[in-house]
Amino acid sequence: MEIAAAKMIGAGLACIALVGAGIGIGNVFGSYLSGALRNPGAAATQTTNLLLGFALCEATGLFGLVIALLILFAF
Amino acid sequence: MDGGKADDAGVNIRALIFALLALACLVIGMVIVVGFMKHGIGFLKLFVPHAPWYLLILLIPIEVISFLTRPISLSVRLFANMLAGHTMLAVFGGFVVALGSAGGILSVLSIAPMLLIVAIMLLELLVAFLQAYVFAILTCIYLNEALHLHDHH
Repeated sequence: MEIAAAKMIGAGLACIALVGAGIGIGNVFGSYLSGALRNPGAAATQTTNLLLGFALCEATGLFGLVIALLILFAF
Repeated sequence: MDGGKADDAGVNIRALIFALLALACLVIGMVIVVGFMKHGIGFLKLFVPHAPWYLLILLIPIEVISFLTRPISLSVRLFANMLAGHTMLAVFGGFVVALGSAGGILSVLSIAPMLLIVAIMLLELLVAFLQAYVFAILTCIYLNEALHLHDHH
Protein backbone atom coordinates (compact mmCIF):
# COMPACT_ATOMS: atom_id res chain seq x y z
CA MET A 1 0.00 0.00 0.00
CA GLU A 2 2.82 2.41 0.85
CA ILE A 3 4.33 1.65 -2.56
CA ALA A 4 1.10 2.65 -4.29
CA ALA A 5 0.89 5.85 -2.25
CA ALA A 6 4.54 6.66 -2.97
CA LYS A 7 3.90 6.14 -6.69
CA MET A 8 1.04 8.61 -6.58
CA ILE A 9 3.18 11.18 -4.76
CA GLY A 10 6.06 10.64 -7.15
CA ALA A 11 3.85 11.05 -10.20
CA GLY A 12 2.41 14.24 -8.74
CA LEU A 13 5.89 15.58 -8.07
CA ALA A 14 6.97 14.74 -11.62
CA CYS A 15 4.15 16.93 -12.94
CA ILE A 16 5.93 19.95 -11.38
CA ALA A 17 7.91 19.89 -14.63
CA LEU A 18 4.87 21.53 -16.22
CA VAL A 19 5.55 24.67 -14.14
CA GLY A 20 8.72 25.22 -16.12
CA ALA A 21 6.94 24.53 -19.38
CA GLY A 22 4.26 27.07 -18.51
CA ILE A 23 6.83 29.74 -17.67
CA GLY A 24 8.73 28.91 -20.84
CA ILE A 25 5.73 29.07 -23.16
CA GLY A 26 4.62 32.32 -21.58
CA ASN A 27 8.09 33.70 -22.07
CA VAL A 28 8.21 32.60 -25.71
CA PHE A 29 4.93 34.23 -26.65
CA GLY A 30 5.41 37.27 -24.41
CA SER A 31 8.81 38.01 -25.88
CA TYR A 32 7.50 37.46 -29.40
CA LEU A 33 4.60 39.81 -28.78
CA SER A 34 6.74 42.57 -27.29
CA GLY A 35 9.21 42.20 -30.14
CA ALA A 36 6.44 42.16 -32.72
CA LEU A 37 4.85 45.30 -31.32
CA ARG A 38 8.17 47.13 -31.40
CA ASN A 39 8.92 46.07 -34.95
CA PRO A 40 5.78 44.79 -36.69
CA GLY A 41 7.56 44.55 -40.02
CA ALA A 42 9.85 41.78 -38.83
CA ALA A 43 7.12 39.89 -36.97
CA ALA A 44 5.96 37.76 -39.88
CA THR A 45 9.48 36.54 -40.60
CA GLN A 46 9.86 35.11 -37.10
CA THR A 47 6.78 32.86 -37.07
CA THR A 48 8.96 29.80 -37.73
CA ASN A 49 11.17 30.53 -34.75
CA LEU A 50 8.10 31.25 -32.63
CA LEU A 51 6.51 27.89 -33.41
CA LEU A 52 9.82 26.09 -32.98
CA GLY A 53 10.41 27.69 -29.58
CA PHE A 54 6.85 26.96 -28.52
CA ALA A 55 7.04 23.29 -29.49
CA LEU A 56 10.46 22.76 -27.89
CA CYS A 57 9.22 24.41 -24.69
CA GLU A 58 6.04 22.41 -24.55
CA ALA A 59 7.90 19.16 -25.14
CA THR A 60 10.11 19.78 -22.11
CA GLY A 61 7.05 19.84 -19.89
CA LEU A 62 5.64 16.76 -21.56
CA PHE A 63 8.86 14.91 -20.74
CA GLY A 64 7.87 15.39 -17.10
CA LEU A 65 4.43 14.03 -17.90
CA VAL A 66 6.02 10.95 -19.48
CA ILE A 67 8.08 10.45 -16.31
CA ALA A 68 4.88 10.64 -14.26
CA LEU A 69 3.16 8.05 -16.44
CA LEU A 70 6.26 5.83 -16.30
CA ILE A 71 6.24 5.99 -12.51
CA LEU A 72 2.53 5.19 -12.42
CA PHE A 73 2.31 2.40 -14.97
CA ALA A 74 5.73 1.09 -15.95
CA PHE A 75 7.20 0.29 -12.52
CA MET B 1 -7.35 4.24 -18.33
CA ASP B 2 -4.35 1.98 -17.85
CA GLY B 3 -1.45 3.38 -19.83
CA GLY B 4 0.44 0.10 -19.73
CA LYS B 5 -1.88 -1.68 -22.15
CA ALA B 6 -3.89 0.98 -23.89
CA ASP B 7 -5.20 -1.26 -26.64
CA ASP B 8 -8.69 -0.22 -25.60
CA ALA B 9 -7.86 3.32 -26.72
CA GLY B 10 -7.13 2.01 -30.20
CA VAL B 11 -3.44 2.88 -29.88
CA ASN B 12 -0.78 0.41 -28.88
CA ILE B 13 1.46 2.73 -26.94
CA ARG B 14 4.54 0.51 -26.92
CA ALA B 15 4.38 0.04 -30.69
CA LEU B 16 4.06 3.80 -31.09
CA ILE B 17 7.14 4.71 -29.06
CA PHE B 18 9.29 2.13 -30.87
CA ALA B 19 8.06 3.27 -34.28
CA LEU B 20 8.96 6.87 -33.38
CA LEU B 21 12.32 5.79 -31.96
CA ALA B 22 13.07 3.98 -35.23
CA LEU B 23 12.14 7.12 -37.18
CA ALA B 24 14.40 9.32 -35.06
CA CYS B 25 17.28 6.82 -35.22
CA LEU B 26 16.91 6.87 -39.01
CA VAL B 27 17.29 10.67 -38.93
CA ILE B 28 20.39 10.58 -36.74
CA GLY B 29 21.86 7.69 -38.72
CA MET B 30 21.36 9.72 -41.90
CA VAL B 31 23.03 12.73 -40.26
CA ILE B 32 26.06 10.60 -39.33
CA VAL B 33 26.32 9.00 -42.80
CA VAL B 34 25.95 12.33 -44.61
CA GLY B 35 28.44 13.96 -42.26
CA PHE B 36 31.08 11.29 -42.81
CA MET B 37 30.46 11.31 -46.58
CA LYS B 38 30.93 15.07 -46.77
CA HIS B 39 33.82 15.57 -44.33
CA GLY B 40 35.35 12.13 -43.83
CA ILE B 41 36.94 11.72 -40.43
CA GLY B 42 36.78 15.52 -40.02
CA PHE B 43 33.12 15.09 -39.15
CA LEU B 44 34.29 14.38 -35.60
CA LYS B 45 35.12 18.10 -35.36
CA LEU B 46 31.37 18.49 -34.76
CA PHE B 47 32.04 17.40 -31.19
CA VAL B 48 34.84 19.93 -30.64
CA PRO B 49 33.51 23.46 -30.00
CA HIS B 50 35.68 26.56 -30.13
CA ALA B 51 36.99 26.71 -26.56
CA PRO B 52 40.24 26.56 -24.63
CA TRP B 53 41.64 23.06 -24.18
CA TYR B 54 40.88 22.81 -20.46
CA LEU B 55 37.19 23.38 -21.19
CA LEU B 56 37.23 20.84 -24.00
CA ILE B 57 37.79 18.07 -21.44
CA LEU B 58 34.36 18.94 -20.12
CA LEU B 59 32.68 20.03 -23.36
CA ILE B 60 33.49 17.10 -25.64
CA PRO B 61 31.65 14.51 -23.50
CA ILE B 62 28.73 16.91 -23.19
CA GLU B 63 28.60 17.39 -26.96
CA VAL B 64 28.79 13.64 -27.56
CA ILE B 65 26.05 12.94 -25.04
CA SER B 66 23.82 15.66 -26.44
CA PHE B 67 24.32 14.25 -29.94
CA LEU B 68 23.53 10.71 -28.85
CA THR B 69 20.39 11.67 -26.92
CA ARG B 70 18.93 13.45 -29.95
CA PRO B 71 17.02 10.41 -31.23
CA ILE B 72 15.54 9.93 -27.76
CA SER B 73 14.49 13.55 -27.39
CA LEU B 74 13.13 13.65 -30.96
CA SER B 75 10.99 10.56 -30.49
CA VAL B 76 9.91 11.24 -26.92
CA ARG B 77 8.82 14.77 -27.89
CA LEU B 78 6.47 13.42 -30.54
CA PHE B 79 5.35 10.53 -28.35
CA ALA B 80 4.62 12.67 -25.31
CA ASN B 81 2.52 15.07 -27.34
CA MET B 82 0.43 12.23 -28.77
CA LEU B 83 0.15 10.53 -25.38
CA ALA B 84 -0.93 13.73 -23.64
CA GLY B 85 -3.62 14.32 -26.25
CA HIS B 86 -4.95 10.77 -26.03
CA THR B 87 -4.91 10.86 -22.22
CA MET B 88 -6.90 14.08 -22.24
CA LEU B 89 -9.41 12.57 -24.68
CA ALA B 90 -9.72 9.46 -22.50
CA VAL B 91 -10.32 11.55 -19.37
CA PHE B 92 -13.03 13.62 -21.03
CA GLY B 93 -14.57 10.49 -22.52
CA GLY B 94 -14.80 9.17 -18.97
CA PHE B 95 -16.62 12.37 -18.01
CA VAL B 96 -19.18 11.81 -20.77
CA VAL B 97 -19.83 8.23 -19.67
CA ALA B 98 -20.04 9.11 -15.98
CA LEU B 99 -22.40 12.03 -16.56
CA GLY B 100 -24.53 10.14 -19.07
CA SER B 101 -25.10 7.24 -16.71
CA ALA B 102 -25.90 9.55 -13.77
CA GLY B 103 -29.52 9.94 -14.92
CA GLY B 104 -31.90 12.89 -14.85
CA ILE B 105 -30.67 16.37 -15.69
CA LEU B 106 -27.03 15.22 -15.44
CA SER B 107 -27.47 13.00 -18.49
CA VAL B 108 -28.41 16.05 -20.53
CA LEU B 109 -25.34 17.87 -19.19
CA SER B 110 -23.06 15.19 -20.63
CA ILE B 111 -23.27 17.03 -23.96
CA ALA B 112 -20.84 19.63 -22.53
CA PRO B 113 -17.76 17.38 -22.18
CA MET B 114 -18.68 15.83 -25.53
CA LEU B 115 -18.43 19.25 -27.17
CA LEU B 116 -15.15 19.79 -25.31
CA ILE B 117 -13.86 16.55 -26.83
CA VAL B 118 -14.46 18.00 -30.29
CA ALA B 119 -12.54 21.13 -29.32
CA ILE B 120 -9.68 19.08 -27.86
CA MET B 121 -9.55 16.97 -31.00
CA LEU B 122 -9.12 20.15 -33.08
CA LEU B 123 -6.38 21.28 -30.70
CA GLU B 124 -4.69 17.92 -31.07
CA LEU B 125 -4.88 18.28 -34.85
CA LEU B 126 -3.02 21.58 -34.52
CA VAL B 127 -0.47 20.01 -32.18
CA ALA B 128 0.03 17.06 -34.53
CA PHE B 129 0.82 19.33 -37.48
CA LEU B 130 3.03 21.52 -35.29
CA GLN B 131 5.02 18.59 -33.96
CA ALA B 132 5.45 17.07 -37.42
CA TYR B 133 6.73 20.48 -38.53
CA VAL B 134 9.11 20.65 -35.56
CA PHE B 135 10.40 17.15 -36.29
CA ALA B 136 11.11 18.16 -39.88
CA ILE B 137 12.73 21.46 -38.86
CA LEU B 138 14.95 19.78 -36.27
CA THR B 139 15.98 17.17 -38.84
CA CYS B 140 16.97 20.01 -41.17
CA ILE B 141 18.89 21.74 -38.36
CA TYR B 142 20.81 18.58 -37.50
CA LEU B 143 21.59 17.90 -41.16
CA ASN B 144 22.70 21.49 -41.65
CA GLU B 145 24.98 21.18 -38.64
CA ALA B 146 26.52 18.01 -40.07
CA LEU B 147 27.03 19.57 -43.51
CA HIS B 148 28.53 22.90 -42.35
CA LEU B 149 30.28 21.84 -39.16
CA HIS B 150 30.97 25.08 -37.28
CA ASP B 151 31.44 27.53 -40.12
CA HIS B 152 27.89 28.85 -40.42
CA HIS B 153 28.68 32.25 -38.92
